[in-house]
Amino acid sequence: MKLRKVAVVGAGITKFVRRAQETAKELSYHATKMALDSCNMPLEEIDTVVHGTAPDAFDGVHMKGEYLSEASGGWRKPFMRSYVGGGTGVFAPINGWYLVASGMFDTCVVVCEEKMSSCQPHPQGAFLTIFDHTTERPLGPNLLWIFALEMNRYMQVHKIPREQIALVSVKNKRNALDHPSAQLGAELTVEDVMNSEIMAWPVTRLMVSPTSDGAAAVVLASEEVAKKITDNPVWISGVGWNLDTAYWTNRDLYYPEYVEKAARMAYKMAGIKNPKEEINVVEPYDPFAYKELHHLEGLLLADKGQAPRITAEGITARDGKMPSCPSGGLLGVGNPIAAAGMMKICELFWQLRGEAGKRQVKNSPRTGLAQAWGDLMQVGTVVIMQREDK
Amino acid sequence: MTLERNLPEREGLMPEYYKSNMKPSLPGTPLEEEDFKTHRVFYTTDIPKLQYAWDGGVAMGHYLKGLKQGKLLGTYCKKCKRTVVPPRVFCELCFKNMDKWVELKDTGTVNTYSICYVTWDMKKLTYPQIPAVIEIDGASKGKGILHLLAEVDPKQVKLGMKVKAVWKPKSEREGSILDIKYFKPI
Repeated sequence: MKLRKVAVVGAGITKFVRRAQETAKELSYHATKMALDSCNMPLEEIDTVVHGTAPDAFDGVHMKGEYLSEASGGWRKPFMRSYVGGGTGVFAPINGWYLVASGMFDTCVVVCEEKMSSCQPHPQGAFLTIFDHTTERPLGPNLLWIFALEMNRYMQVHKIPREQIALVSVKNKRNALDHPSAQLGAELTVEDVMNSEIMAWPVTRLMVSPTSDGAAAVVLASEEVAKKITDNPVWISGVGWNLDTAYWTNRDLYYPEYVEKAARMAYKMAGIKNPKEEINVVEPYDPFAYKELHHLEGLLLADKGQAPRITAEGITARDGKMPSCPSGGLLGVGNPIAAAGMMKICELFWQLRGEAGKRQVKNSPRTGLAQAWGDLMQVGTVVIMQREDK
Repeated sequence: MTLERNLPEREGLMPEYYKSNMKPSLPGTPLEEEDFKTHRVFYTTDIPKLQYAWDGGVAMGHYLKGLKQGKLLGTYCKKCKRTVVPPRVFCELCFKNMDKWVELKDTGTVNTYSICYVTWDMKKLTYPQIPAVIEIDGASKGKGILHLLAEVDPKQVKLGMKVKAVWKPKSEREGSILDIKYFKPI
């Protein structure tokens, strides 16, 4: 099938905060408006709108996509909602990409929003129905369990010390100090992370991303249109997504095979043969500290069990050979679920254009990769972006 | 309306945007508890009441019946040579009907575990819970279920530890995963 080239030409983002005064619609509007303004695109020139937002249960609003459509520029336009749980923020731009790549539309705005704070007393309540209602929910599970179970399996199979995992929190929260949206940027030590409250061993408080409100958006355009809008388009050169079984207790959690499959799909499309050498900046999904490492391995950017080592060696630092989460990630910038994945797409857009300011990575990146993950540890979504060669 | 606090640095995000729009900072206004107490901001609340009755279904119904009888049951796929638990009527690999029911043992091996100190709404637990994935003996390697461990010092739990189900007395079983109270080390 002949696919057209698609570029990201604009981006917008709100602050990520524990509880925003703005409603879900207001957050969506601000991010969308900022993305449109950043590339001087009037809404009339947008053909279609894709919205990404996680469970309706967060807001207690049924059909949240429809509810948020006009706030995302979707008034009387072909509009769709994309949703694969935590993977949504990178899945929505894949849907937007397809709408343009297929030739159906020339321009698309992709908006991701989450307002978790409405859900009382804690948004985790909205997640509990992810567990099987017959075999798991009677046991009284909470969402921390699955992360703790997966982290422990990963750690023990590879004999990884927890200190090496804590290093991810230190790096990402420090990076976030330079992000204007950031909720939890901080200068911490490995000891701080290790000594923070144990929530579900081996997970400590500072290894967990916060719950957040926020929104982020990008404008996509076909090659012909993109070249009229900007001299500096960032091309979406590969996309991939993959789902594993919801029978999660039947899989070995030490390695995310579905992330590898999503990555291989995207690498093939982008013509990437050697990801470790060709990916210059990466934004893997980091809702928990170990997840960044787990995902770097699934993305084939580190050998199995070796992501902690490359982190300790500084390869993934902002001034390293392959910076990882230069934005500050979910651990530092915050985790408004769908918007957090989109924040990573925005970060690559700014990094690849050299517009990331204090956060700018030093290796003058040509190619970047953003990834999100979610559901019952079963979905991987991947987007590869490339700057215009000059 | 805009609160002039917690304003982040502006540098780094699309300088043209700021120049043309004279925005003081990114949109998004953080609220504090105080803002609600003092009625500086307004809000409404509602508690939607939803009730569900989930059918056991064919495979799970049989599994629950087995639990009531003190048995763990799995299903077997001849083509993939796999015995899985929790059981299902179809094999997700070769996508055909499972071939037969298999009675599994009520013993197994700890595949992974956690020691959890908080409830879902972040309240402290007096006694930590030890959720674990337990690979069940008689099922194919790596096929496990989620359950809790007890009668064990949390510090003594290890991957690979052999454990056995502790059942409720027969008269109290009702065809539920809770008919197994927990697993304990053998």
